[in-house]
Amino acid sequence: MYVAVKGGERAIDNAHRLLADARRGNRDVPELTLDQISEQLALGVDRVMSEGSLYDRELAALAIKQARGDLIEAIFLVRAFRATLPRFGSSEPVDTGAMAVRRRISSTFKDIPGGQILGPTFDYTHRLLDPQLAESGDPAEPATAEASDAPTPRVTDILRQDGLIEESPVAEDDSAVGDLTREPLNFPAGRDLRLQNLARADEGFLLALGYSTQRGYGRNHPFAGEIRFGDVEVFFEAEDAGFAVPLGSVALTECQMVNQFKGSATEAPRFTRGYGLAFGQSERKAMSMALVDRALRAQELGEDVKAPAQDEEFVLSHSDNVQATGFVEHLKLPHYVDFQSELGLLRKLRAEFNQDQPELREAAE
Amino acid sequence: MTEATYNFAYLDEQTKRMIRRAILKAIAIPGYQVPFASREMPMPYGWGTGGVQVTASILGPDDTLKVIDQGSDDTTNAISIRKFFAKTAGVATTTSTPDASVIQTRHRIPETPLHEGQVLVYQVPIPEPLRYLEPRETETRRMHALAEYGLMHVKLYEDIAKFGHIATAYAYPVKVAGRYVMDPSPTPKFDNPKMDNCPALQLFGAGREKRIYAIPPYTQVVSLDFEDHPFTRYRQDGCCALCGADDSYLDEIVTDNAGTRMFVCSDTDYCEGRRAEGHTGSETTPMESAHA
Repeated sequence: MYVAVKGGERAIDNAHRLLADARRGNRDVPELTLDQISEQLALGVDRVMSEGSLYDRELAALAIKQARGDLIEAIFLVRAFRATLPRFGSSEPVDTGAMAVRRRISSTFKDIPGGQILGPTFDYTHRLLDPQLAESGDPAEPATAEASDAPTPRVTDILRQDGLIEESPVAEDDSAVGDLTREPLNFPAGRDLRLQNLARADEGFLLALGYSTQRGYGRNHPFAGEIRFGDVEVFFEAEDAGFAVPLGSVALTECQMVNQFKGSATEAPRFTRGYGLAFGQSERKAMSMALVDRALRAQELGEDVKAPAQDEEFVLSHSDNVQATGFVEHLKLPHYVDFQSELGLLRKLRAEFNQDQPELREAAE
Repeated sequence: MTEATYNFAYLDEQTKRMIRRAILKAIAIPGYQVPFASREMPMPYGWGTGGVQVTASILGPDDTLKVIDQGSDDTTNAISIRKFFAKTAGVATTTSTPDASVIQTRHRIPETPLHEGQVLVYQVPIPEPLRYLEPRETETRRMHALAEYGLMHVKLYEDIAKFGHIATAYAYPVKVAGRYVMDPSPTPKFDNPKMDNCPALQLFGAGREKRIYAIPPYTQVVSLDFEDHPFTRYRQDGCCALCGADDSYLDEIVTDNAGTRMFVCSDTDYCEGRRAEGHTGSETTPMESAHA
């Protein structure tokens, strides 16, 4: 009669088997390959790499396959794997100004040195479902031209020459960059840690917060100074070699927001910056991140901190989707001990209520 | 990719060292929440990642591990965590409270009194007892530093003014060694007195919130109350239907559509032990083999 507490072990094993079967789906349908995921669901792979904080297309594709397309689950798989990897140092800061640009736009100047490069973008597509895609068939080859070797300086560097925008803070040589995966995050957090947190943050959470600043909850008058996507070489200072050696290149999306700043008693009016950076082509993420980064600088810039997006503890404590999904979903775990305690309390309170106010009870009945 | 090989008890030695430092600090300052660089574990936050990291850091090859959830060794998450350590550390596991050297728990303290040399590792969701009174970490840390616990007493007082008694049934706040107010994790307040002057070491791990705290053996742990409203334990008015225990915390089980209830021990090891000793309850059936 009383069986509820036994048999958990076999139930778990069987649930795992069933999950593996459900992941595979109908076995008459060919199985997805990691190459297919990496090539044809590339933006999903980019997101998993970004929020998983691990630049590895193959592992991200594997995670997506294993997670049945649930990207937050895939991010979790990558994070758990990443946590076990040994660390041997930090790379040199990447030079996004030297990026091999695949896409680059500025909404603040009609033309910029190096040109506006539209690249692969959904921006001007009409969102009409394409029935032809339901069939297989290759699209037309892309139009090509000679790659330009003209430099593509960052738009914010151009503004900087006139002193119209604040300087980017320069890292002190001997201070290591923070890492919230190795040291617990404390408040107030430095901007390095804030940016790391935002880079790992859930895209949807940042999107909503960034959007809220545009709608007046911590408005900061942004312009998309520049969004660029392309490949950047990563260098590592090898102590044995005595110089920085290239490790390879990563695809990055960088967004530099240019925000109005009215100045203060001690500072002249000038533009300020909000910064976003993500692996792969992740424009929505990079832009949202830049909006939230700027919002989180409110205190530093002497602005009132009133909106959720400006509240460092609120934003940084709730941005991580692996943490958030864990705690929300843990409500599925048994809580009957606590519930039992609450039941006992509630019964007692109700008994006392009915004793004190019999006429109310009658009225309710 | 080949099958990954992991270190003993999963975590790498550097990480274990970092966690052990946090544990030592926590033991040195009973009830104080020590921040630590919690890792992403291969189980979700909220499933006991803090407890798992603490257990992984203190476990040695000679240890015997027991894992319970809601008092039971057989709930799915307890099984999952026990299997994790059996696989990654190869340690002996047990369901017997006295035989275990390390017991990881969620939401309960075993009924059988713990003895010296044992370690009880609690899984903690929200380590901050003041969190629901003050959401900001910067504020609550200051309040702890100044031992400024007035807000908590006001909350308890308001309960009394409103309901006639303190309306906290689980995660009932305690004061440790006369200094820090501490969250005992969401154990029912029935279990609170077991923490006081306990011979075993009690460690608390909160993975998502990145905090570790501790109660060293034989430390005073007092449940917060007022002179005219002393702390009272809550226990269901009844006996275990299987072993007849009238002193254990009970689970309520709905047995049919008419809402018939029966009560059984939440601590399955305690219940099985009593039945093995010949105790019976109203619903006792011949005892099935306890462990599949």
